[in-house]
Amino acid sequence: MTTGRDYSKLLTVKFDRAMPYEWSVGKYGSRFFREIIEHQRFVGIRCPKCNKVYTPPRRICGPCFEELHELVELSTTGTLVAFSVVNYPFPDPNTGQQRPIPYTYGYINIDGSDSIFSHIINETDAERIRVGMKVRAVFKDKAEMRGDIQDIKYFELLNK
Amino acid sequence: MEKIAIVGVAQTTYERRKKDKTYHDLVYEVTVAALQDSGLTLADIDNVITVSNDFLDGRTISSMAVGEAAGAHNKNISTVEGDGTFGAFYGAMRVLGGFRSTLVVAHSKGSEGSSRFITNAMFDPIYQRPLGLDSLSSSALQANAYMAKFGIAEEDFAKVSVKNHGNAKNNPYAQLPMNITVDDVMRSKKIADPLKLLDCSPISDGAAAVIIGNEEIVEKSKTRPAWIKGIGHCSEEYFLGDRDLADPRALRNAAERAYAMAGISSPLEQINVAEVYDAFSYMEPLWLEGLGICKPGHGHKMIEQGITTMDGSLPVNPSGGVLSAHPILVAGLARIIEATLQLRGEAGARQVDGAGTALAHGINGPCGQSHCVWILGAEV
Amino acid sequence: MARRVAIVGTGQTDHCSHRPDVDGREMIHEAVIRALDDCELTIRDIDAIVIGNMDHFESINYVDTWSVEGSGGVMKPIMKITTGGTTGTSVAIAAYYHVASGLFDRVLAIGWEKNSESDTTAAIITCSDPIWDRFSYSGAIPSLATEAVGYMNRSGATQEDAARVAVRDRTHALNNPHAHLRKPITVQDVMDSPMLAYPIKLLDVCPRTDGACAVVFAAEGTAEKIAPKPAWIKSCAVRHSITWFGDFDFNAGLMSLQRAAKEAFDRAGIKNPVEDLDVAELYLPYSYAGLKWIEDLGFCGPGEAPEFVGEGNTDMGGKIPINPSGGVISTNCIGATALIRVAEAAIQVMGKGGKRQVPDVVNALATGFGGCFWSDVVVMSTQRPY
Repeated sequence: MTTGRDYSKLLTVKFDRAMPYEWSVGKYGSRFFREIIEHQRFVGIRCPKCNKVYTPPRRICGPCFEELHELVELSTTGTLVAFSVVNYPFPDPNTGQQRPIPYTYGYINIDGSDSIFSHIINETDAERIRVGMKVRAVFKDKAEMRGDIQDIKYFELLNK
Repeated sequence: MEKIAIVGVAQTTYERRKKDKTYHDLVYEVTVAALQDSGLTLADIDNVITVSNDFLDGRTISSMAVGEAAGAHNKNISTVEGDGTFGAFYGAMRVLGGFRSTLVVAHSKGSEGSSRFITNAMFDPIYQRPLGLDSLSSSALQANAYMAKFGIAEEDFAKVSVKNHGNAKNNPYAQLPMNITVDDVMRSKKIADPLKLLDCSPISDGAAAVIIGNEEIVEKSKTRPAWIKGIGHCSEEYFLGDRDLADPRALRNAAERAYAMAGISSPLEQINVAEVYDAFSYMEPLWLEGLGICKPGHGHKMIEQGITTMDGSLPVNPSGGVLSAHPILVAGLARIIEATLQLRGEAGARQVDGAGTALAHGINGPCGQSHCVWILGAEV
Repeated sequence: MARRVAIVGTGQTDHCSHRPDVDGREMIHEAVIRALDDCELTIRDIDAIVIGNMDHFESINYVDTWSVEGSGGVMKPIMKITTGGTTGTSVAIAAYYHVASGLFDRVLAIGWEKNSESDTTAAIITCSDPIWDRFSYSGAIPSLATEAVGYMNRSGATQEDAARVAVRDRTHALNNPHAHLRKPITVQDVMDSPMLAYPIKLLDVCPRTDGACAVVFAAEGTAEKIAPKPAWIKSCAVRHSITWFGDFDFNAGLMSLQRAAKEAFDRAGIKNPVEDLDVAELYLPYSYAGLKWIEDLGFCGPGEAPEFVGEGNTDMGGKIPINPSGGVISTNCIGATALIRVAEAAIQVMGKGGKRQVPDVVNALATGFGGCFWSDVVVMSTQRPY
């Protein structure tokens, strides 16, 4: 159906307005963020059936379909399980602006927990990052904390 | 059609805002509650259908948030994005198609997004969206067309609002039980002519779940089954101007399919209770006409004639209907749940005595472009 | 008793990066007409429609009701199924159940996407949890990259091994008039292409495509009258197990694919996939998946995929040709992509593959992938299921 035709006659309509949302964090997630504000520490939660510790804490363990209650205090250090230095530009749906690149997306196993936490690593030279490195959370100043994921500024590499 | 039934139901209370609950929480709670209601365990559930909407949740792949909460970590699963009646329709087909049981669970939190933006987004981006059409303004157009075609007065619609908010007083789940008069409705703030505040459903948060099972699962469940006797759905044209907004022919088609399956030839006589999707007061009479419960143009007389009131021969929306609680997507599933409770005799203060055949109805798309009709029966 | 169901016709648009000449409905319509023509039916013969795409690519709410003039849904039952990248297979499976249930005899499944209408990465990012993941998540590529790194560490696979997968799929696309990318590439081309997120380079990964696909499903009793060689659906299984990207174990196999494949293979009587299957249309969004996930499917043992693929077993003429259509690496209109796998597998079974036909196909496999490392599996055959 598409033939070589005069594309200058074909029009488009643009839409680039923000759509507003306000999502509930829930009891478990709210506890995680409050622990950061009040104590600058992480908490996880343990499944009584499979013993897995999830960070951030969640209400149910999916595989066990079990409701969780036992909070576990954790340190703010962890191990880098995987990472990727992102090099391509794209608009950030959170801000509507281009997300600054390059940046490093990291999967971190917080010490004492069994699940993986996603965040940013403050090193963008792929040569200086290795899976298995220890990392530690760096928080915002308490006065600037808002109770969301960005209260953690990034994770820094410990053994450079 | 093979014998299948609703064997478990659960719904949250419906509220303006459930700030403490995430979608994950809501879905988990109704899943557990539906299992408890039925007496079944998660192992008895062969597959899961979740019902959600990406725009409502502000999340592409909205189903991602709730699969595990619905117990689907190691089960077959799919997702319908549309009213809960359509999701349950798919769930029923999955049982007819080989699974012993399907858990259907719907969630929505109207409090978390902007209803105007979200419903504006269902209109065509090139021709309609920039005009600012949303569900409120488009429904006002439909109400206007309906009134003009049959000479109906706003007061006639106001009676629906009075009836349904009054009925809601008997429903512990409803968001807006109210003692109001026609005068109260007529004096309420005008939103989009002819719709006034009390002609409109609220914004709501909530979730609901049903479990559909084959005969083996019915045997295992501890509830009285609500047998699925007939189901049908149909959509008409998309552009509002291509339709006669006062003639719900897609609903007529959907109802005919469901009635044919269920052996219903005179709905007014054979149906004992009906839960229809009254997102606005004018919709109840309009849909009753489409359902063939009365002649076109006569829907607005049904309350006056004492037919659709609680003590009438065909009570409509004993639960208070969608006017009293409108969690999008969930509201259709809630209609099925209310119909089920009626057939079980478990509807408490809103029980219609001796209800043996119930109708549940849901809509999808602008101004009821698409409809889904369910006929449930207490006898197999 | 559930009825037996077969695919009797398929249609696709000629996929390309940009279709400024059609709006979404018109593009859907092209695929629908081609599918109806393929099985010599009219829209009047269709009893119900199932449609899916990923909403935020075109920003259209309630695509089922919006689409009716293009999909043929006016005064018909239509519903929308959407599960992210797995949408196409979820739509196909829904169409299957529409017919298997006994309620409908001929059902049209439609998948489509106009990826050119939005920024693909930004739209994909909105699939992540807004509280926990959306801040850092940068779309599909980095999470796939981390999976690739995990696999390379475990198996010793190299970037060149993965490049071989991309070369295979892009070569196969030359036989497919519908494919988006139809220029051959070499391993060196892949190695020279820009690094997006280590180890994934531009030519390792799928394009963004505008396209639509439609597939007609029919009940036993009707199917045989429509198609000389219907593609019978022997089994389908789905696992959409995980909720958060961090729950995925990068050091293990693709659990959802292992589980879904086990269920589907058991039900279809597939004991040894390489022997019992004649062709596979796999949803491989990037080259490393073509190594790791065929181990998850049991085509070869853990770590053996580089050799299995390198020796040509998955090329045309090999033991188990993979993606004669060119696969996802050659065409990715996301809402359609998994349905295209189903359509292409059915084309092979029906013997309509033309230049991309694998000879003597009896059993074919189609898979879907997407969401949070989710998998759908469909097995179809010239033989009826039991």
